[in-house]
Amino acid sequence: MDILRFITAGSVDDGKSTLIGRLLYDSKSIMIDQLEAIEKQSKNREDGEIDLALLTDGLRAEREQGITIDVAYKYFTTPTRKFIIADAPGHTQYTRNMVTGASNSDLIIILVDARNGVSEQTRRHSIIASLLNIPHVVVAINKMDLVNNSQDVYNNIVIDYSAVATSLGLKDITYIPISAINGDNIVEKSASFPWYDGESLLHILENVAVANDINYVDARFPVQYVIRPQTDDLHDYRGYAGKVISGIYKKGDTICVQPSGLQSVISAIEIGGQQVEEAFAPQSVVLHLQHDIDISRGDVIVKTDNLPTVENELDVLLCWMGNKPLKAGNKYLLQINSRVVKAVVKEIEYKLDVNSLLQEPSPDQAQLNDIVKVKIKTATPIPYDSYKKLRVNGGAILIDETSNVTVGACMIQ
Amino acid sequence: MSEKINLVDSSRASSELGDKNYRRLDYLDQLESESIHIFREVAGQFERPALLFSGGKDSIVLVHLALKAFRPGKFPFPLVHIDTGHNFQEALDFRDQFAQTIGEKLIVRNVADTIREKNLTEQKGKFASRNALQTFTLLDTIEEFKFDACIGGARRDEEKARAKERIFSVRDEFGQWDPKLQRPELWNTYNGRIDKGENVRVFPISNWTELDIWNYIRRNKIELPSIYFSHDREVLEYQGQLVATSEFIQLEEGDKVSIKKVRYRTVGDMTCTAAVESNASNIDDIIKEIIATKTSERGETRIDDRVSEAAMEDRKKGGYF
Repeated sequence: MDILRFITAGSVDDGKSTLIGRLLYDSKSIMIDQLEAIEKQSKNREDGEIDLALLTDGLRAEREQGITIDVAYKYFTTPTRKFIIADAPGHTQYTRNMVTGASNSDLIIILVDARNGVSEQTRRHSIIASLLNIPHVVVAINKMDLVNNSQDVYNNIVIDYSAVATSLGLKDITYIPISAINGDNIVEKSASFPWYDGESLLHILENVAVANDINYVDARFPVQYVIRPQTDDLHDYRGYAGKVISGIYKKGDTICVQPSGLQSVISAIEIGGQQVEEAFAPQSVVLHLQHDIDISRGDVIVKTDNLPTVENELDVLLCWMGNKPLKAGNKYLLQINSRVVKAVVKEIEYKLDVNSLLQEPSPDQAQLNDIVKVKIKTATPIPYDSYKKLRVNGGAILIDETSNVTVGACMIQ
Repeated sequence: MSEKINLVDSSRASSELGDKNYRRLDYLDQLESESIHIFREVAGQFERPALLFSGGKDSIVLVHLALKAFRPGKFPFPLVHIDTGHNFQEALDFRDQFAQTIGEKLIVRNVADTIREKNLTEQKGKFASRNALQTFTLLDTIEEFKFDACIGGARRDEEKARAKERIFSVRDEFGQWDPKLQRPELWNTYNGRIDKGENVRVFPISNWTELDIWNYIRRNKIELPSIYFSHDREVLEYQGQLVATSEFIQLEEGDKVSIKKVRYRTVGDMTCTAAVESNASNIDDIIKEIIATKTSERGETRIDDRVSEAAMEDRKKGGYF
């Protein structure tokens, strides 16, 4: 059994919360007391139906206003997989939340209202999926019951969406007709779509091959913490604690520390106190080296035959998340994995219209939820890989040093 | 309790697995690795962290994860327990013995002392709880030791306000959570920067569910306080819940008290934690019951969440975990 992390993109109007409620309900992940609680609340509503959307709206303001403010995480398990759903609101003003939820997702479900077809919102969600490099896309064409389960409607949306996907370079796309409210094609394959030869949504989620998304080639190990017990019997013990974010490390491998370039050889690898011959992504381990070289938190241990880029001038696609606008010349802290450096945004090259993909050159500033292409200069060179190639070592955050708030998500090009 | 803490997973020397699954972590391994990573981020980013340890199953799992993150080194933080004085003796005994076995420092601060020193008013009524007063002692303890990060065992599947909280959750100097001002948390990058006086609550097992916890306990042969297993106990039946009789609960005429075979699904204060009827005397049986149950963990066992729809959200905003 493994884990699939996915994000659902869409608004309440597309039936997003109903879909999540349906997955949780039909996979028996909703308990009686939780159901009773939402039944009680649903009674206050005019239609009197159980509103599955209430399951995902966690905060009082959300329930009162019938909106989703923040990313909520939901969990369910089937015999084959554990699922972690990032439930992010789909409205324009919440690009920030969608980017946040998408950053850890293996898969995105893009909901399309069968009556409306590919909309501006569909495009926006697809652009974010492409920017964040989400490996798998499921296009769920919902409310099929409202278009008489028409194959023609479905086919036309597939044709329209394929054009969007091609222009964005999205990979591994699966299309599925559903009716979330009726539960059609959610857990079981529905008889409502005899012309559909694919599987149910849950079947797709259970079978998408996520293990292949792990990169076992480019070995990267950011050091988080140095373990030095300094006791009598462990006087010389010095272990570098961290997570193998990609690749494989073996005892005897020649390694190189970035950005210093110092070299050594792996003398031992420990996992939970036990010696092992090799470690692979995404294991948390302790590495021991033959030589006593200078390594501290934020350094990245790599192999000498496969180096990351080490630069202090970065081309970055940036999702701006700060309430105060970004202007060229502003200084921030840039954090990539465990490394934090001072950074300055030298230039805003263009702003990306997330509805049309058009570029507005040289804007004065970027506002909350804008996606911009910028040039960033860091105080010292940082080891990184391009986000497109290696997501785990190409994503960074910007922090406002005066407020400590995370204000930007960087996808390094 | 065994002398040696079992650090080594009973599972997965890679050669045991078939070629096809070689180098694939199962879900518990993935969760474990994520939690260890979070622990080490705390160690790397903060000067004075603390691990809040109650002797309940979630915080016991937390300590086991910390052992995997830091051994053979010492923990870079003490264990801290805010003792309401209403705890189950079995959990307190376990707490003391466990801290001793692993050789880590345990700090205990008592809500009773805060009540006395600060002239706080205790709740009245049948199930007078110190749950709310606990926050005062916690904040005082944070101030006393200048803790900048407190690691806790809250999980997002427990409750819907918790489903929205970050893994690194910044609290102001009053410990308050502002759900609308949360920092975006991207990839596996955690921003723990704070100003003086603020602190961060860190939740390494955010992504674990109740069932994940039990499966992990089973796989790693983790020992638990005896109250998690079926035993005879005198309980009061109150609005469908079974509450252990104790000096902290006022019995009235007409109360239905009887001895039943019960176990605890969660361990909190005796005044606000309900038992479930059960014959499950080992982990396998408990896991079977949890898979079969139709009621959520908090719904079945926590009297304090029933007060209002937003009970947890309100407590968190006020500085609660």
